[in-house]
Amino acid sequence: MLGAEFVQLSLTPMLIGILSAVACALPGNFLLLRRQALIGDAISHVVLPGIVVAFVITGTITAWPMMIGAGVAALVAVGLIEVIKRLGRVEPGAAMGLVFTTLFAAGVLLLERTDTSAVHIDVDHALMGSLESLIWFDATGWGSLLDPVALAGLPPQLGRLLIVTVAMVLFLRVMWRGLVITTFDPGYARAIGLPVNWIGFALVVMTAIAAVAAFDAVGSIIVIAMFVCPPAAARLMTNRLVHQIWWSVGFAVLSAILGYILAGYGPGWIGAAASVSAAGMIATVSGVILALACLFAPERRRAQQATA
Amino acid sequence: MLAALSGLAGYNTLLVTLGATLLGLAAGGAGAFVFLRKRALVSDAVSHATLPGIGLAFIVMVMLGGDGRWLPGLILGSAISAGIGLLCVEWITRRTRLSEDAAIGAVLSVFFGLGIVLLTVIQGMSSGRQAGLEGFLLGSTAGMLASEAWTIAIAGAVTAASVVALRRPMTLVAFDPEYARSQGVNVRWTDLSIMALVLLVTVIGLKVVGLILIVALLVIPPVIARFWTDRVDVMLIVSALSGGIAGGVGTVVSTLAPGLPTGPVIVLTAFALFALSLLAAPRRGIFAAALRHVSTQRRVHLRQGLLSLYRGEPILDAQTLAALRRAGFIRADGVATKAGRAAAQARAVDAARWATLRSLRGDDPALEAHDGMTDMTEVLTPDQIADIDRVRGQLRGVA
Repeated sequence: MLGAEFVQLSLTPMLIGILSAVACALPGNFLLLRRQALIGDAISHVVLPGIVVAFVITGTITAWPMMIGAGVAALVAVGLIEVIKRLGRVEPGAAMGLVFTTLFAAGVLLLERTDTSAVHIDVDHALMGSLESLIWFDATGWGSLLDPVALAGLPPQLGRLLIVTVAMVLFLRVMWRGLVITTFDPGYARAIGLPVNWIGFALVVMTAIAAVAAFDAVGSIIVIAMFVCPPAAARLMTNRLVHQIWWSVGFAVLSAILGYILAGYGPGWIGAAASVSAAGMIATVSGVILALACLFAPERRRAQQATA
Repeated sequence: MLAALSGLAGYNTLLVTLGATLLGLAAGGAGAFVFLRKRALVSDAVSHATLPGIGLAFIVMVMLGGDGRWLPGLILGSAISAGIGLLCVEWITRRTRLSEDAAIGAVLSVFFGLGIVLLTVIQGMSSGRQAGLEGFLLGSTAGMLASEAWTIAIAGAVTAASVVALRRPMTLVAFDPEYARSQGVNVRWTDLSIMALVLLVTVIGLKVVGLILIVALLVIPPVIARFWTDRVDVMLIVSALSGGIAGGVGTVVSTLAPGLPTGPVIVLTAFALFALSLLAAPRRGIFAAALRHVSTQRRVHLRQGLLSLYRGEPILDAQTLAALRRAGFIRADGVATKAGRAAAQARAVDAARWATLRSLRGDDPALEAHDGMTDMTEVLTPDQIADIDRVRGQLRGVA
């Protein structure tokens, strides 16, 4: 099971799955505590229009224009939500629902009206991702990990996600104090002169970057599971923020590994031939972990419920 | 258009358009209550949670030897799994310390992920190759069967009728749950029936709008309606109508050219109505707010200008001069006209009256709320003003 075939077909998708899950879970912790979990929802829905617009403008399907397009779309969406909230005095949830469905609809329409037959870009792919297709074609075995020629053939998503994950860790380390104070006590943060709005904005930007990087691998909707489920389960395990973050990383890694294995080998165990969607299975596993946490985790209740 | 409506395909188009219009009416109506309850995005979790039900229903129907694509069966399956998703959101919010938005995000994405897993299972089945279940993601009315169109039209009508039947208790609960309870309304059941309507709209809308975008039909119409009215009964009607217009117009437009998917066109139609409302609605729209701003500004300039005129102070501000000139209070060279002198005199008296009143009753909250922009004659009776004038005379006598 862990031979040359594993390195070629499973190692890279699995690593990409793990990195996606971790890169999303890290900012997800703060989104959860700030009650902004659905910002991840909105951002990941607008990744599709961003990519389509980038394609229409550049005419190619190379990575960087797509990433930039998706990132810009995420910022446009967040800006639009703010504008509609302020100008129309619309409730935040409704403003969010309005903006992301509209942008998503525009993206789908643009995609259907543009001739994309020459390139591989379609709605289903954008929604579901294709983790399984990110194989390491040049690998011949574990020895390839030391072979520069084979390493050059690694799927580019792996390198991108590695950079994004490292950037995310650095972001949390550098901004730690500001993030924590603005999350738990925005009033105090403002009083000691922290740029509350800018820190919130930076968190949204990092969320968008994580969503865009992970989108390639797991699709725009399953990304939401990675933003929400591991941090939510971790929140039920502990009252300490640092512990919560470690728990969430652990849950994210566990979901990715278990989900990938179940998707790839699970159907074989029950006698079915084909494998199932790995991204979907990762989301399902993260949901099962959250459900178990809701049932058994030590800190699952609110303070007053625990004393009652 | 007429050509499109003739013939057998046209008959279906007509049915689908009717169905989408009814669906939009029902969605706008049900959405209004969800909006007032501030739970707009719960419907997003409900709609994404339909996917595993669709997949399972397909698998079960195929296993029973039937046609996996039979629409009523798929609708039933999707309703069951959406119901479970809804209960999960409620359960997580009630039983754990996670907030509702986290519960929504978790249910939405996990159910969707499970649904995708089931879709790939179906693709692996021999009868699943042309299942076309992906059509439920974004909706497609192309090639719809007459029976399916009928199902949608009838279910849309039933949902719209339920909104009408349940509007009283739902209005009460949406506004003031405590008062509703004191009136003998069962709040929990009413809340559940609101969500049941959302669920109905979602499963009917699957085929036309698709499960990713159906939430738009629940969220955008009430936002539109809120711009035009402060009254809940009017809002309900406007919301339902805008949903109906979006559904009907969107469906017709999407049949006009190939490659126009129905769901996105319906959503963009709804957004166009929203944009129009945001700009042009009376009172709450951007234009109205801008006009109000300008007229307030002009009023301030006019009132301050008249005071300066009375006191004989030079007026330097160009906007003030323009406002006075436009009202005919000064001539082009800046000298006060006869009307201007009279108005300045009246304005000075008014200012003196307000000052007197403030010195007498400065602690009155009604006075604090006063903006200094209203003539006293507009808010007090002539008797009261006469009293104030008398006090003013005494004060002057003392001084």
